[in-house]
Amino acid sequence: MAGFNRTDELGLLKRLHSDGEQLTGSDRRGFLKNAMAMMGGAAGVALAPSVLASNNLPPNVPSWTRSLGTGVVTHPYGMPSKYEADVVRRTVPWLTADPISSISFSPIHKLKGIITPNGLVFERYHAGVPTINVEEHRLIIHGLVDRPLILTMDDLRRFPSVSEIKFLECPANGGMEWRGPQMEGLQFTHGMLSCCEWTGVRLSTLLAEVGVQPEGKWILAEGADGAAMSRSIPLEKAMDDTIIVYAQNGEPLRPEQGYPIRMLNPGWEGNTSIKWLRRLEIGDKPWYQREETSKYTDLMPDGRAREFTWVQECNSVITSPCPENPFKGKGWYEIEGLAWTGKGKVKAVDISFDGGVTWRPTQLKGLVLSKALTRFSIMHNWQGEPLLLQSRAIDETGYVQPTLSQLRQSRGVNSIYHKNSIHTWQVTESGSVFNVQLS
Amino acid sequence: MSNFLKGHHLALFLTPILLASSFVNADTLNLGRTPTPAEVAGWDIDVRPDGLGLPVGQGSVSDGEYLYDEKCSSCHGIFGEGEKRWPKLAGGNGTLADDRPDKTVGSYWPYASTVYDYVYRAMPFGEAQSLTHDETYQVVAYILNMSDVIDDEFVLSNETIGSVKMPNQNGFMLPDPRPDGQLASAPCMQNCEVPTKIIGRARIIDVTPDKE
Repeated sequence: MAGFNRTDELGLLKRLHSDGEQLTGSDRRGFLKNAMAMMGGAAGVALAPSVLASNNLPPNVPSWTRSLGTGVVTHPYGMPSKYEADVVRRTVPWLTADPISSISFSPIHKLKGIITPNGLVFERYHAGVPTINVEEHRLIIHGLVDRPLILTMDDLRRFPSVSEIKFLECPANGGMEWRGPQMEGLQFTHGMLSCCEWTGVRLSTLLAEVGVQPEGKWILAEGADGAAMSRSIPLEKAMDDTIIVYAQNGEPLRPEQGYPIRMLNPGWEGNTSIKWLRRLEIGDKPWYQREETSKYTDLMPDGRAREFTWVQECNSVITSPCPENPFKGKGWYEIEGLAWTGKGKVKAVDISFDGGVTWRPTQLKGLVLSKALTRFSIMHNWQGEPLLLQSRAIDETGYVQPTLSQLRQSRGVNSIYHKNSIHTWQVTESGSVFNVQLS
Repeated sequence: MSNFLKGHHLALFLTPILLASSFVNADTLNLGRTPTPAEVAGWDIDVRPDGLGLPVGQGSVSDGEYLYDEKCSSCHGIFGEGEKRWPKLAGGNGTLADDRPDKTVGSYWPYASTVYDYVYRAMPFGEAQSLTHDETYQVVAYILNMSDVIDDEFVLSNETIGSVKMPNQNGFMLPDPRPDGQLASAPCMQNCEVPTKIIGRARIIDVTPDKE
C-alpha cells in the first residue's frame, strides 16, 4: 500500500483483529477477508492478524506449553489439526445434476509424499454411497467356471493377500479443459486422482479357485450400489494384476471406496475398479454396459468413438506452486509435483520454466513404484521473474507425456476422457499462479 | 523347547488331515460354497447384445409412454430432452462429428440391449431394480421410439430386441489405438519449437467454486 508506513499498518491490523474477535465463524472469516482486501494482499499474507496479536511467539512461552492438552481417545479415530480444516475434498456443483451421482476432488495441492489419506481420496458415485452390512454382503463368482462360488467377507480374508501401492484416477480428470482452461486450482484440474496401499486377494487367486473354462475371456464386475455399476474386464487383466480389495492404507475399505470390497484394476481408468463388488460373471464376450458405451468411450472428430480405452497414460503436474500455493516473496522454493503412468514406472520428469522451450531434469523422490504416484522435485531461486511452468513425464515404456496441441490434433476436443497433456501454470511477478493454456 | 515340541506334534497330527482334504480338490483352498441357482438368478441381471441374459417379457411403446411419464420424465424430460443436467435421451442424430455433439441414447448408444440392461439395473434413479421385466421392455420401447429407432407399433421383447439396430452401432472403434502415433518421439530438451503464447486463462471464465 503506497503511502502507508509500517507502524500504521501494524496498528490497523491489530485493530482489525480485535474488531474481528467479536464475530464468529463465517462472519469473522468474511470480515477478515474483506479487511485484507481493503489493505492490499501482500501485507496480509505476511502478517495475519492472529499472529500479530499472539503471545505465543518467541521469546514468549506459548500457551500450549504452559498448559495441558487433551487426553487419549479424545477423538477415538483421530482428527487433523483444526488449523488444517481446509484440507478437504471439494466438488464442482455445476458439473452434475445431483451430489448423489457426482464427483469430488482430492486436495492434492495440500498433500505430500505419494499416499492419499483415506478421508481425502476422491469420490465418484452414481447412486450415492450404500450402507452395506458386511455380514450380509456376498461375492458371487459364476458363469463359465467349473466351480461357481459364493463367498462371505470372512471367507475372502482367508485367501492369501497382497498389499500394493497403486494410483486411482478417473479418466475424466482434466476433462473440463479440452477446449480451454476452466478451473483455477490444482484440486479441480487434477484432483480426480489418489494413491493408496490397497490390500486384498488377487483376482487370479479367486479365478483359480473357481476354474475358468477355456471359452472364458471376459469378466463382468458388478457393484451392490443403487447403480449396480458394472464393467467388462478382459481375462488378461484379471490374471495380470487385478485385486479384490478389502483394506486401504491399513484399515478396512472406506464406504466411499467400496466397503466392504471393491475391484482394483491398477493403472486403468478408475471406473473399471468396481466398488461395493457383489458379483463376477465369466463370459466369452464383453457385455457393452452403459459405462463402456454411453460413457467412458472417447469421441473423435470424425464422429466415431474409441472404446475400451482402459489405460491411464503417463501424466504429471506441478503441485507447488499452483494457484492454491503461490510464491510468497522472492527466494528459494522447492518446486514439486506428481507423475504417474498406468503402464508401469515413471522413468523421468522434466520441468520447463519457459512454456516448454527449454527443459531440465528433476529428481524423483522417495518410492518409485509401478502404477503409483511418483514425486518429483527441483529447487528454484525465484527472483520475481514471470514463469510458464510445465512438467513433462516419461514412463518406462518410453512414452512421453504429450502437449495439449498434440492431443487435440489426434483427438479433437470432444473425447472428454484421458486428457494427460502437459499442464501450464503461469507465475506472475507477484508470485500468483494461474491456470493457462498455450498455443 | 517345549513349545517347539508342541508345534512339532501338532504338525504330525495335522498332516494326515491336510492330505485327506487335498484329495477333495487338489488345486483349490475349498473356501466358500457353491451358490444355489436361485441365489445366482436373483443377482444375475446382466444382458448382452447377443441376447444372453434377456429375461422373457415384452412391452409396447404406448404402455411405455405411460410408465415413462410417471417414472422418468421428471429428470429426463417429457420428450427425452433432459431436465437441468440430467441425461438427455433422445435427439442429436447426426451430430457426433459436430463441434458440439449431442450424445443421447438415440444418437450414440450402440446396442438396445444396453438400454434394457441399464434401465433395469439402475433406473428409476433411487428405485433401482424395481421395474418388472415387462415394465422394463415398455420403458425401453418408448425411449427407443422417442429417438425414432422403432416405430409406434413395435412391441419390444426378448424375441424382438435383437432385431433393433441402433443408428450408431458401427460408430465405435477397436482396438484402442493409443499411444497416438506422433507422441512416441524422444523428448526435446532445448530450443523446442512449441507455441508459448497464452491463449486461454481459467481466471477469465470464473467457474471455479469458492475455496471457502
